Amino acid sequence: MGELLFLAFVFLCAGVVAVPIASRLGLGSVLGYLIAGIAISPLLALFEVDVVSIQHFAEFGVVMMLFLVGLELEPRLLWEMRARLLGLGGLQVGCTTLLVMAAAMALGQPWSVALAVGLVLALSSTAIVLQTLNEKGLMKSDGGQSSFSVLLFQDIAVIPMLALIPLLALPELADSLGSAGPAAEGHAADSHGANDLGVGDHGGDDNREDGHGGGHGEMSLVAGLPGWLQALVTLGAIAAVVVVGSVLTRPVFNFIAVARLREIFVAAALLWVIGIALLMTLVGLSPALGTFLAGVVLANSEYRHELESNIDPFKGLLLGLFFITVGAGIDFNLLGASWRETLLLTLGLIALKAAVLYVLAVIFKVDGADRWLFSLGLAQAGEFGFVLLSFTVANAVIPQALAGQLLLVVALSMLLTPALFILYDRVIAPQYTTGEAREADEDVPAGSIIIAGHGRFGGIVNRMLRGLGYEPVVVDYSSTQLELLRTFGFRAYFGDATRPDLLHAAGIEQTSILVIAIDDREQITGLARYMQQAHPHVHVVSRAVDRPHVYDLYAAGCRDIIRETFDSGVRAGRSALEALGVHPFEAERKARQFVNDDRRAIAALASLYDPEMPIQDNKAYVQKAKRTPGCERRPPARGGRRLRVARGSRLVTAHFRGCRGGNAGG
Amino acid sequence: MARLLVYYAHPGHRKSPVNRPMAEAAQAVDGITFADLYRTYPRFEIDVAAEQERLLSSDVILFQCPLFWYSTPSLIKEWIDLVLEHGFAYGAGGDRLTGKTLMFALTAAGPEQAYTPEGYQHFPLRTFLSPLEQSARLCHMRFAPPYVLHSSLKAPDAGWVAPHVEGYRRLLIAIRDDSYDFDAAAAMPIVTYEALPITGER
Repeated sequence: MGELLFLAFVFLCAGVVAVPIASRLGLGSVLGYLIAGIAISPLLALFEVDVVSIQHFAEFGVVMMLFLVGLELEPRLLWEMRARLLGLGGLQVGCTTLLVMAAAMALGQPWSVALAVGLVLALSSTAIVLQTLNEKGLMKSDGGQSSFSVLLFQDIAVIPMLALIPLLALPELADSLGSAGPAAEGHAADSHGANDLGVGDHGGDDNREDGHGGGHGEMSLVAGLPGWLQALVTLGAIAAVVVVGSVLTRPVFNFIAVARLREIFVAAALLWVIGIALLMTLVGLSPALGTFLAGVVLANSEYRHELESNIDPFKGLLLGLFFITVGAGIDFNLLGASWRETLLLTLGLIALKAAVLYVLAVIFKVDGADRWLFSLGLAQAGEFGFVLLSFTVANAVIPQALAGQLLLVVALSMLLTPALFILYDRVIAPQYTTGEAREADEDVPAGSIIIAGHGRFGGIVNRMLRGLGYEPVVVDYSSTQLELLRTFGFRAYFGDATRPDLLHAAGIEQTSILVIAIDDREQITGLARYMQQAHPHVHVVSRAVDRPHVYDLYAAGCRDIIRETFDSGVRAGRSALEALGVHPFEAERKARQFVNDDRRAIAALASLYDPEMPIQDNKAYVQKAKRTPGCERRPPARGGRRLRVARGSRLVTAHFRGCRGGNAGG
Repeated sequence: MARLLVYYAHPGHRKSPVNRPMAEAAQAVDGITFADLYRTYPRFEIDVAAEQERLLSSDVILFQCPLFWYSTPSLIKEWIDLVLEHGFAYGAGGDRLTGKTLMFALTAAGPEQAYTPEGYQHFPLRTFLSPLEQSARLCHMRFAPPYVLHSSLKAPDAGWVAPHVEGYRRLLIAIRDDSYDFDAAAAMPIVTYEALPITGER
């Protein structure tokens, strides 16, 4: 227990100190975590902490990240990506592998070792690249999408690689390893120690792992089955994810939503992700791919943003932990002994990978700044590399000493990646922005809109905007309401719109307008205040319950405040006037005048209002309020009701004439 | 320096090929006041006091708008109805606008020859503007001949937009700098970018 707390304290401390500093310096969170890891590595070494096993635990963050990426990607978009996925991704892995292999052979390695090295180094770091792209908001750019295609292909490519590598075994290494035993497997033994399911036998069986914390070996549904049955089980598992995801999740989440207990929702979301990861591991597929698929299936679900905001903190923490362990895992003794060589190898690798990516970007017409983003962003080796390296050692493909050095190269290239992103940000991107800035096309609805709350108020806003071709994102806490909306094809999501993380998941950073249409006045004020503090760039249109609420919202910084019943009250008043026999246009003018006078009065009263004081005790306010339209008592009209109307009507007419002034015609 | 007030009124601002660039050019001219009426009064609720205040602090009032049914867009008519009050602009004591100049910058869809007795519009353009001209006279204002672009719908393809907008810019600057020759202009029925009576130019 004490040890666990100590570890948690050290890791959290390192992250909390290093990441804000790195972010403030514009270095990005990834570099912050890496530096934090380097900083605490002596401490960890002192206490003999098993960094590698923690790293494998933390790799589950990548599984979660791919789930979240899947949530962002509708099936249709995935299908549209297929050419890039296979073409760009396939060529990247193929060409890079061959070139690295050629380089390794030129440096004197036998072909089988060279090929294994090529496979290991062809992969890039999903964790670093996606995290950085998300952080910089570049995920949707052409370069970001291309990068993602390649990373996804690499995820898939790991599976055949794991099958291929054992075939490259060097007889002399295999002999020295002796019988497959965990103690002799060096890095691999560590890697599967703590949480994984045991190393098991790597000889010709079909157990696979992709290394994202996935188990390998003993726990398997498919081991020992004939090939066709294995394939069948595997396909069945994928089908189960798709079917369960699209059919069963909605009723289950509806059921949970009724309880309105946030932690149960979080638990359900985690259960879903972990369950899929487990299933995929059991059938020998990549858990990252499985959860990615599950994410895609749920991309159209109304629970998407809720799931996102629930999983996101876990993903963030695990990825942070992962980056720290990458930093902490750098063997400085080894690096010190051969730093020149390692650095040269690393820079050579980055240059080679970047060159391949650049050529591919030209072929696939990724232009401008995006081409550089793509080329520099994916030029590192990745966390897959760690896993594949341990796997190659375990399978007697690469000698231990070489693997140790390659491990350094992989870690160092990951460490340099944030620097490349900074190079892109500061030097390359600015050169392209000047020429590309085009005038926004005003015919296309610009900016996105979030409507918080879809009741009697927000529903009208939504209908009106949709009627004009805008597509507001609706967030509401009523699952029945949402189901109704969904049947009409609206973009509606389940969740509590006053929660910052849900707003974040709904895309508040990219939103230009937020309409607050929820019922509860305290929540409205709280949300308006939060928006003013956290997202001042977003224009907030807020619903106000009544007059004091207007003042509260005004004090909270909101400047577009709509009283929920005011306009309908005015319309009812106008209808009453018309029914009393007032000319409809006069009634309209009176209504407008009332609105304008009232608006002016409320602005004046806002300065007198004191939220700390009950209105009846606020003398200045009461004085002023008595003089606002409608509060001011006119002397009661003489005579009967009918007469009063007639009089009023004449007065209105007279006033109207005066107001209009008349023109030359009189 | 004349104090120039430009009122721009176009209900279809977003899709206007001529008036929109004109308005943008006017907004870029320093030292004049530019008011977009449809943007200021989207619900036709004109602030009479504020508008009268604006008139009092101007020497030349120029309305830029398309010609709709031989007249202005309706918001300008509403503006005239409400702002040019009895006792302010005309009638007993209504002399507050005396000596100011009223001018229009108009775009007309019909070609120039249409506004002739033989053309399909039958009357000269100025005939259609006579209510406006008389309004100015009643308010003791000088009515200056309008700055006009004919065949405005064909203008984008014919390449007339750019010179018309540039002429508009020159016109506004000239009025501001007192180099626009209102007297020379008064001899013309309309002025166009091809013949702007600006002193000191050319």
